Amino acid sequence: MWPGTPLFPDTASTMAHRVDALYFFLIGLTAFFSLLIAGLIIYYAIKFRRRAPDSVGARLSGGLVLEITWTVIPLGIVLVIFTWGASVFFAMARPPADTLNIYVVGKQWMWKFQHLNGAREINELHVPIGQPVKLIMTSEDVIHDLFFPAFRVKADVIPGRYTEIWFEATRPGTYHLFCAEYCGTRHSGMIGQVVVLEPSEFQTWLSSGQAEGSLASAGGKLFRDLACNTCHRSDAQGRGPVLDGLFGKTVTLQSGDRIAVDEAYIRESIVNPNEKLTAGFQPIMPAYQGQVTEEQLLELIEYVRALGTGTSLPSLRPDAGGPRPGENTPSRGGNVPR
Amino acid sequence: MPRTNPLLLPPRHYLNNGFGVRSWLLTRDHKRIALLYLVGVTLFFFIGGAFAVMIRLELATPAGELVTDDTYNKLFTLHGVMMVFFFLIPAIPAVLGNFLIPLMIGAKDLAFPKLNLASWYIYMIGATFTLYAVVTGGLDTGWTFYTPFSSAYSTTQVVPAAVGIFITGFSSILTGLNFIVTIHRMRAPGLTWFRLPLFVWSHYAASLIMVLGTPVVAITILMVAAERIFGFGLFDPNRGGDPVLFQHLFWFYSHPAVYIMILPAMGVISELVAAFCRKQVFGYTFVAFASLGIAVLGFLVWGHHMFVAGQSVYAALIFSILSFLVAIPSAIKVFNWTATMYKGSIAWETPMLYAIGFIGLFTIGGLTGLFLAAVGLDVHVTDTYFIVAHFHYIMVGGTIMGYLGGLHYWWPKISGRTYNELLAKVSAAIIFFGFNLTFFPQFIVGYLGMPRRYHAYPPEFQLLNVLSSAGASILGVGYLIPMIYLAWSLRYGRIVGSNPWGAVGLEWTTTSPPPTENFAETPVVTWDAYEYPTEVHGHVA
Amino acid sequence: MLPEAAEHHPALAHHFDNLAQQKEAATLGMWVFLVTEVLFFGGLFAAYSIYRGWYPDAFAAASHTLDITFGTVNTAVLITSSLTMALAVHSAQTGERRLLMLFLVATMILGAVFLGIKGVEYAHKFTEHHVPGATFHFEEEALSRHAQVFFSLYFVMTGLHALHMIIGLGIMLWMLWWAWRGTITSEYYSPVEISGLYWHFVDIVWIFLFPLLYLIGRHG
Repeated sequence: MWPGTPLFPDTASTMAHRVDALYFFLIGLTAFFSLLIAGLIIYYAIKFRRRAPDSVGARLSGGLVLEITWTVIPLGIVLVIFTWGASVFFAMARPPADTLNIYVVGKQWMWKFQHLNGAREINELHVPIGQPVKLIMTSEDVIHDLFFPAFRVKADVIPGRYTEIWFEATRPGTYHLFCAEYCGTRHSGMIGQVVVLEPSEFQTWLSSGQAEGSLASAGGKLFRDLACNTCHRSDAQGRGPVLDGLFGKTVTLQSGDRIAVDEAYIRESIVNPNEKLTAGFQPIMPAYQGQVTEEQLLELIEYVRALGTGTSLPSLRPDAGGPRPGENTPSRGGNVPR
Repeated sequence: MPRTNPLLLPPRHYLNNGFGVRSWLLTRDHKRIALLYLVGVTLFFFIGGAFAVMIRLELATPAGELVTDDTYNKLFTLHGVMMVFFFLIPAIPAVLGNFLIPLMIGAKDLAFPKLNLASWYIYMIGATFTLYAVVTGGLDTGWTFYTPFSSAYSTTQVVPAAVGIFITGFSSILTGLNFIVTIHRMRAPGLTWFRLPLFVWSHYAASLIMVLGTPVVAITILMVAAERIFGFGLFDPNRGGDPVLFQHLFWFYSHPAVYIMILPAMGVISELVAAFCRKQVFGYTFVAFASLGIAVLGFLVWGHHMFVAGQSVYAALIFSILSFLVAIPSAIKVFNWTATMYKGSIAWETPMLYAIGFIGLFTIGGLTGLFLAAVGLDVHVTDTYFIVAHFHYIMVGGTIMGYLGGLHYWWPKISGRTYNELLAKVSAAIIFFGFNLTFFPQFIVGYLGMPRRYHAYPPEFQLLNVLSSAGASILGVGYLIPMIYLAWSLRYGRIVGSNPWGAVGLEWTTTSPPPTENFAETPVVTWDAYEYPTEVHGHVA
Repeated sequence: MLPEAAEHHPALAHHFDNLAQQKEAATLGMWVFLVTEVLFFGGLFAAYSIYRGWYPDAFAAASHTLDITFGTVNTAVLITSSLTMALAVHSAQTGERRLLMLFLVATMILGAVFLGIKGVEYAHKFTEHHVPGATFHFEEEALSRHAQVFFSLYFVMTGLHALHMIIGLGIMLWMLWWAWRGTITSEYYSPVEISGLYWHFVDIVWIFLFPLLYLIGRHG
């Protein structure tokens, strides 16, 4: 009648086993103490039941040793749980160095996934086995949350910021993905699936049928179309900082603070340039807020990341170079409003 | 006293001291005000319960067929709003606390009787605004009002609902203020702090939270309303605001709020266990300080609602360890209540059934809190039905059972009459069974990955949802039956004397129902709380 | 068992044993209420601190558009009103009815002056398009987004403070009426005393608001 009613989720990532181990320990602990308390209560309620209507209980008011014991033992137990949970959390919060990055943009009520080579997916995400994958995520509107139960991982997806999760899938298959932060009318419809493939199958899938070119090359095109290259030149003659080789370094700001040049800083520098101005430069860069979409920001970030690293940008297809039918041509002065 | 001797109600008591609507709506008597609150919280409980019935009906099938997306979103939002702000927070303090605190400390009334009445009016006015929001389009933001959805995207009646909650918050603040001053300044001669009943200690601790925490959520909700009305940009990232700041400000109150909901219930349990074991609560001083400990630590853990919301790793770890620490005082209480039963003289009356049910269900609910305080595990289960199950175990398995237990225990004092014991025991059993069937499957479906606030879900989750919905229908019946026999007892219940349970406490030394001024003469206290004599006289079984 | 209190001062409420207990309860009640007010404003101060830490330049620029003369005058006015309030309380304690009424009126006048100046400031902000919302426009474009956050906080914080002042004026009026009726005597003056507590609190909130809103980055 209800075929395939599972009582336990699929275990499909390296972290899943660690999370489950802690879970089972806590189930055991809960069962132990619940049964202990319930057992004692029932036992006492029967053994010491009132036998005469006027009888009273014994005069026993307390014992310091007992109080200390049942304070210290639970304290010890929770410290163990804390340490264990913290250790699992550290692993979740620190992605390994060699992750395959995929960008995610959440909006009411769909998930848009952007592979670096330009492949785009909606509500479905293909990933390879055995390769740590990092998702860099933002929202176009309200707070969402991307949740993969089979990987035991989720994080809020927030407008105006990037958040990250990472996982390494361990079993091929198709698993749920959900939005796990209430976001309005079709919150329960903002779901999809993650398809885990063997590495060779994943490569095949990745390089098939994508005509638009990589994120970075699209970003390069945007960089020229929006005239960023007039101030951000590769020599030091421009009015803006040189961006070649900048990604991943630290810069000093006007205020004297030092900041790492990461995805968030690049995004902020495009959307609202003058709040964290690089030292030694004038506040003349216009703010592009409202004139570039979140996806376009991701393309620009990937372009800046690739600049000056010596990595040859994945080339555009031979017939690229101009707009194809139906493709949006971003132009200066406005595109999709936020 | 022989059982066949029929008792009479005392000739003069607070219920017959003046008749008519004005004598109730303009009363200063804390006991009458408690009954005014009883009417209010009961009404709002059933409204919130009706929303819950709709939710569980919809969730019996995987596709969202019964109501539309938008309607469902309003149902769970308003279920939360009605239950949290209009039932769980006020019920025990404003009904039982109002009625009993002056009696328990030998006072004639609370410190500020007119303020007490004003608190009730404020509560009803706030509820009116919120009900206005319900009938003119509803609210779909979740009871948590997360921005920017609530401040910029929702098209429902956010402002009226926010105003209603804002106003009701002042009822809570003023009640807490009244209790604090009363307990400090109006104890009878000889009644030192460490002779107070633990019910009073719990309400004192809860009152500290009410006065310190509620103003913060009040100003936060005001800011959301300002953002919607005037276009301020405090939480809107497009205008330089930070949506996560809202979460910090909101949870700074709303986490301590759950201790406002549970501490008074724990106070009730202390009274019930002492009375039905006829024995001092084991470790009285530890239980008293545990209440204060919960109140203080409760203010330091709000970030555990935000482990996946974008906090730093170090903030998450600090909130995690503090969340573990706040569990310890609750554990101390559970152990002390259990130890109280050892060598007690235990009676299996209805209030004691509720107390035992509370201890069991609160233990399970509290232990599942440890799952959530462990950050690595919380990442998986947060925003799923595991959380829904956790908080319902505490608030329904805990607070509501404490409320019903207390209502049954003090019903004879409030009304002068008792209720049908068999019906009461049967209801308690139905509630216990229905509750577990409703919420235990939710732990399982939550770990499976079913998110909260979903009205359509993958088909493989259906069996667990059907079990839960079946439980909810049983639970609903369980809650309706007491309404019937308690109401019936007001007119036809057997009249009892001043101390039908043979319990120790100042409230049991005056008549049932008490006179308006509570005591014929102010008592002078020379004994500890729960100091039972070697035998008890006059117990009417 | 204790006999009931023999004295029955007309102001003694029936649930208190004596006037001393009533006074202590009232005073404690007002202090607890003021603590709730600290938390109420506290949420706004917390939001302010966070945003100011993130956007120091925008906050400084926005702050400089506030009129520091008006702000300083208002601070002096409010501190003086606390003085007159303290004198009112003293007069109540010594049973000097006329002086009590005089100082209450003086406090109210000063409070009204404060609100009047505030009204003028708000009007200026309106004409300068510094009111957040659709009509907002800030001269320094680059800082405009975060300047709007400053002004949102400015209006909510000073608006809430002004609302508290208006309520305070109402309380003063009530005390004035009681003083005129002779209800306030040297035996029973705690209402004036706790009204004074409230008024001093409102003053102290302003003492925090003034530097945080008006004096960012102004040196010398």
